[in-house]
Amino acid sequence: MAGVKRTLAVDLGGIALSTPLVAASGTFGTGREGGLLDTRRLGAAVSRSITLAPRKGAPSPRVAETASGLLWSVGLQNPGIDAFLADELPRLTRTGIPLFVSIAGSSLEEYVRLASVLQDVQGIAGIEVYLRGEGEAQEGEPFLSSAEHVVGVVGAVSRLSRLPVVAKLPVSLADLVESARGCVRAGAHGLTIDGSAPGMAIDTARLRPEVGAISGFLSGPAVRPFTVRAVFEVARILPEVPILAAGGVWTGNDAVELLLAGAWAVEMGTALLVDPSAATAAADGILGYLKHKGLASPADIRGRVRIPEPGTGEEAG
Amino acid sequence: MRRVRAEILSTRRVGVYHSLTLVAPEIAERARPGQFVGIAMPAGRSFLLRRFYFIHQASRRGGWAGTLEFAFEPDGVGAEWLGSARAHQFLDVMGPLGRPFAFPRRLTNCLLVAEGHGTAALTFLAQELRARGKRVDMIVGGATEEAVFKPIEVKRVSQTVAILTGDGSLGTKGRPVEALPEMAEHVGAEVVYAAGPRELLRAVAEFCREHRIPAQVAVEERMACGIGLCFACTVPVVRKDGSGYDNLRACVEGPVFNPARVLWDRWMADIPRMLPTPPGGSPVVGSWPG
Repeated sequence: MAGVKRTLAVDLGGIALSTPLVAASGTFGTGREGGLLDTRRLGAAVSRSITLAPRKGAPSPRVAETASGLLWSVGLQNPGIDAFLADELPRLTRTGIPLFVSIAGSSLEEYVRLASVLQDVQGIAGIEVYLRGEGEAQEGEPFLSSAEHVVGVVGAVSRLSRLPVVAKLPVSLADLVESARGCVRAGAHGLTIDGSAPGMAIDTARLRPEVGAISGFLSGPAVRPFTVRAVFEVARILPEVPILAAGGVWTGNDAVELLLAGAWAVEMGTALLVDPSAATAAADGILGYLKHKGLASPADIRGRVRIPEPGTGEEAG
Repeated sequence: MRRVRAEILSTRRVGVYHSLTLVAPEIAERARPGQFVGIAMPAGRSFLLRRFYFIHQASRRGGWAGTLEFAFEPDGVGAEWLGSARAHQFLDVMGPLGRPFAFPRRLTNCLLVAEGHGTAALTFLAQELRARGKRVDMIVGGATEEAVFKPIEVKRVSQTVAILTGDGSLGTKGRPVEALPEMAEHVGAEVVYAAGPRELLRAVAEFCREHRIPAQVAVEERMACGIGLCFACTVPVVRKDGSGYDNLRACVEGPVFNPARVLWDRWMADIPRMLPTPPGGSPVVGSWPG
């Protein structure tokens, strides 16, 4: 198509990104690693998840390779919010890439305190709320195991935040669509749909779990279909809400798949750990797809998966 | 560190190991003993993560200038794929990664203890130490004769050598650590370096603490990125001031550590979560003599 001005830029409801590719939490380092991560085509990045107090993280080993997957359990190792703001944030924002700060907690109070502290901080694009429960049980249930807890946390953070709040919802969450709807109603600006699922692997020779924390979370291409389905389900209920898709994006075509399912942008995790220029390659792949289809921007693909109507003879057999 | 597309110059079998020599001048120029490389696996396969191997040789001068050698056992799908690689094939290589061994400024007598592929890292160190006028003695070993990495080269780079194998097929029957007390006394070891399995490194740590000999060890821990981003490869290390410990990344804060500061029990325990956190008053240990 002649005359099309092609761009990779996307607008997440007022947050402008130069590309729809975002470095997922835990892949952007501390700002001191320098060098190899190719940030040219990253539209944004998410910091590692930060808690109120420092955390040592999980015992060794923290990763295991599985078929097309990476099983990991880092256990939220981080220096705590104060040291993060003093030592890491200035370096991370110096890159000029919009930065979301990921926050994690063991209680509603911890999330609220973290979000409050971040309100006075300059130079961050938003808050991503990490919502995997690792805290103590509340009223018999593990914290964050139910939609009610998740929505409660996201609502409390959103109410006090002048920064956009993105709720990172695991696909393994019971009642994902209801939680998504609840988070948006409670004030979330957007959602990250996180395809990483709880998993475990066993070393059969040593008869030991492969990771020190016994079980972890599975990432990598193996989980992409989980992400696609969850994004599809949430996006068709909430078409006006910015959705970031995380889980299994490696190539430009993978990113396109998730945009077609309804994502506004995609997060890359395992791919960046293996190939520090994966985002640049993925950006080229998305541009190639847009060109091939004669489209102008990623927004033109968003949610455009065609679902055959019953009775047209197109449905699967 | 750099990321390059490097051509394989040659491949060969060395006992149970594969050894690959690459043309990678950007990495070879900067490589120091104790550092390692990360090799990407082929696209579109089910094994995703880079494989990380100690640098065995980095030639900066002469006819081999710009080449880099590393060695590995074909002990899994990725290493088997790499073992089937041929000359002139290109690899996606990151390196040199990690912090290298430090050289002692004043002390002279260096004892190097290695087991398995750890020997590949320490022969590189031996050369660099000798180039600085140090005396080098080595203890090396492996399960069998085939698992002792390049014993002839080991003899070439060190004053005296003790070789131990699990089955006694080469040298003395036993493990390298068993020769440590006698060898250390015999050669008057002032500094000890080690690379190999954790049991060896822990035993070296205990020996050196008891005898007040400064030491450095190169650890191995499972890695994902190799460049400090993911916090997968951490090792518990006591702070310099003794006020507790931190989980440090083997890829950027290591792989070389002062073994007196590594919390070996915590790192090696089958169920480390059961261990109590050490109290604030961890012992302050001597620093590297420099």
